[in-house]
Amino acid sequence: MTPVRVFPEWQGRDLDGILRACQDLLEDTDFPTARRWREAGGKTVGHFQVYFPEEIVHAAGVLPLKIRGAPIEPKHADSRFGSYLCSVIKTSLELALSGRVQLDLFVTHPICDAARNLAAVWGRNVGYPCQILYLPQNAASPSARGYLSEEYARLRGEVEKITGQAITDDALRASIAVFNDNRALLREVYAIKRETPWRVAAHEAYALTAIAGLMPREEHNELLRAVLPLLRARDARPKDRIRVVFEGGFCEQPPFDLIRAIGLSCYVVDDDLLIGLRWILSDVTTTGDPLAALAEAYLERSSYSPVQHDPRKLKEAMLLARVRAADAKAVIVAAAKMCEPGLEEQVAYVHALDEARIPYFVTEFEEGMTTFDQLEIQLETFVENLLFAEEVKS
Amino acid sequence: MSVIDTKNGLVGRGNRDGARLFREWFDGLTADADAGRGGAYVFVMGSLGELLRSFDLPLVFPEINSLQTAVRHQAHDYLNEAEDLGYSPDICGYVKADVATQRRGGVLPMGRIPKPQIAVLTNACNTYIKWAEIWERMYGMPSYVIDIPGTRQAGGQTWRGDEGFERDRRYVAAQLKELITLLEQVTKQPFDIDRLRENMGHANRMSRSWKRVLELNQSRPALFNALSDGTIYLGVCNGFRGSEQGAKYFEDLVEEMTYKRDHGIGTLVDERFRLVFVGVPCYPIFRRFSEMFAEHGGTFVHSTYLWFASGGANLGFEYDLSDPIESLAEGLLVGARDAMDSMFFQTQALATMVDEFAVDGVVFHPIKSCRTVSTGLADQRRALMAMRDIPSLFIESDMMDKRVVSEAQLKNRIDAFFEGLESRRLQHATPR
Repeated sequence: MTPVRVFPEWQGRDLDGILRACQDLLEDTDFPTARRWREAGGKTVGHFQVYFPEEIVHAAGVLPLKIRGAPIEPKHADSRFGSYLCSVIKTSLELALSGRVQLDLFVTHPICDAARNLAAVWGRNVGYPCQILYLPQNAASPSARGYLSEEYARLRGEVEKITGQAITDDALRASIAVFNDNRALLREVYAIKRETPWRVAAHEAYALTAIAGLMPREEHNELLRAVLPLLRARDARPKDRIRVVFEGGFCEQPPFDLIRAIGLSCYVVDDDLLIGLRWILSDVTTTGDPLAALAEAYLERSSYSPVQHDPRKLKEAMLLARVRAADAKAVIVAAAKMCEPGLEEQVAYVHALDEARIPYFVTEFEEGMTTFDQLEIQLETFVENLLFAEEVKS
Repeated sequence: MSVIDTKNGLVGRGNRDGARLFREWFDGLTADADAGRGGAYVFVMGSLGELLRSFDLPLVFPEINSLQTAVRHQAHDYLNEAEDLGYSPDICGYVKADVATQRRGGVLPMGRIPKPQIAVLTNACNTYIKWAEIWERMYGMPSYVIDIPGTRQAGGQTWRGDEGFERDRRYVAAQLKELITLLEQVTKQPFDIDRLRENMGHANRMSRSWKRVLELNQSRPALFNALSDGTIYLGVCNGFRGSEQGAKYFEDLVEEMTYKRDHGIGTLVDERFRLVFVGVPCYPIFRRFSEMFAEHGGTFVHSTYLWFASGGANLGFEYDLSDPIESLAEGLLVGARDAMDSMFFQTQALATMVDEFAVDGVVFHPIKSCRTVSTGLADQRRALMAMRDIPSLFIESDMMDKRVVSEAQLKNRIDAFFEGLESRRLQHATPR
């Protein structure tokens, strides 16, 4: 699908150089990979958080670009919204209004009430179509799978309108295979985080993961295939840090420096940062009806987040399972400011952690935050208390 | 007012009967709670009162309960209690007031509500889903989310016979069948399709009349205030949907409004400016909020609230009683979708409202508590201004939390808005 290589900067570098290139790309609010793609004549579909079936867009030879806000001033977008709103909605629209990101189609999801409004607001301000992809909120219903297959077929039709070409089932299966590879490689990144967290810092793993949404997956796969052996062989020693799970990064992203700051005192052994990229937990079948396969995977073999209702996946139970699987000693329970689902879920998470007697640290963040001194001090104190308690116990 | 008006009590009957029905409803809920009977917790956008009544489930509307705490100036106690439990000041005030209500054993200023036996909700508001998850954790009772695909893109509505519409309708119908099975399990009562049919007949009469009531307010002077009177009508529209009482109430309301129109009886004696309200009312100062407009001769002739908070009943959709389940699915899809459109894709509908109701100004009132309604309002305003030469006012406050309601600031803005309306009128009256 690649008409052009959009991220050549990492090639020919050592591990630290590659990781720096990934971080630079992630922090570049001009989205150079998307720009290069379009300069080469490529078309782009922007999709808002959390999960999007990127394979459908990829199969059309179009770049699925993850829209997840950015640490920018919403100079144009601010006037389109009221006061009491999370930042990611505003900065995402700002990307379009400021011309940083050029799209042919924008798709949002009913993940929250603000995100659903985004399609209408976006659509009134740009010249290309803007849609809501109605991912089912009744995930346990036997009727959800068939409905979702049909909704994906509708999306396929919308994407076909952009290119004027039919998206064949074979093309879809090929794209599913590319994304299966990508998900498997990301699972390896997370395995390193979990098993040998001293070999990859939290912010490094985050950068490696997050840039998946900025480039064709083939390129990202190539990058990860090069990086993973280097990470495994990295000469690094364990430090006296506490193993934590970071929860609350499913939609608006914490500032990169906040993740770096957490990494100064903690090993983040698992998290829900950009969980949409890792939503599907195992390979999607590449035989049979590809849209039905994607629908099945979304509903039946997927992670969890506060924005999907599925009585089979009680979120606090899923969090506890994540903590245990990662052998974490504590949880950072975060939420983006003004994020209704995230803030509501915090209460349930905290109660469950209390019951399970797992220590936690509650915080709020905003993608535009620039100072972290206070948070660092609070977190250090939290960690010291835990380490001291462990010493006393032993 | 004529002797006939006072003798028959026709004028003002809707408000009196509404208040009476509301008291009776809460008396019934209190009796249910005292007897240990569980209720069906439902929401205004897609309550399915027609169906739930056929299982003899008392209907509890947590949104209405919560707003009543604000109208009665008691919301802050409830909000504080929930915030002490860890709920953020930045989430929906309705949710927090309800959390505190549950903690208090269902005790509210108007009475006591039963515990939930089941919660039935739609995705018309995402917070409904998070809210129901709180009850699931508190009580371990089942909840059922009816997932209703909304309009995908501005101007992209589909209708009966369209492939996309039929696909969505089938999905909703399949879920309704699942819900009926669940209701049979929860209530241990077999589904009675004839009772459903009867209730749907009542809902038809209500919807038909509600649509007519809204149309009648095109009269000059306006017959009712869409904000203050309209909220009473909405209470009945939701609480009594699918009942004979609800159907009769709205038929009576049509009679009252027709009478007022025929006799030129307006809600204001001196109507000077006809306004539209977009958003959710400011319940902490509910009466005062309306007064600040009425003092200038401003009356709200319509509001988007009367659309979405009636669950789309404003459309006047009537069920086909010969095919209840499929028709219920169609009505639910059309109604809930319209409620969502009234919040997300409302620009053209607002422009039409401005034209049909001869509106002088539009008041946008986004609130802290509700992102569903409020997120797009600033942009809606901009888009409407581009479509119509109509003055507008943009004021922010809340539906529950008096900490973010500044009456003095609101009054300043409202006064300035009316000054603008006055000078505009003068300019238009001045020969050039």
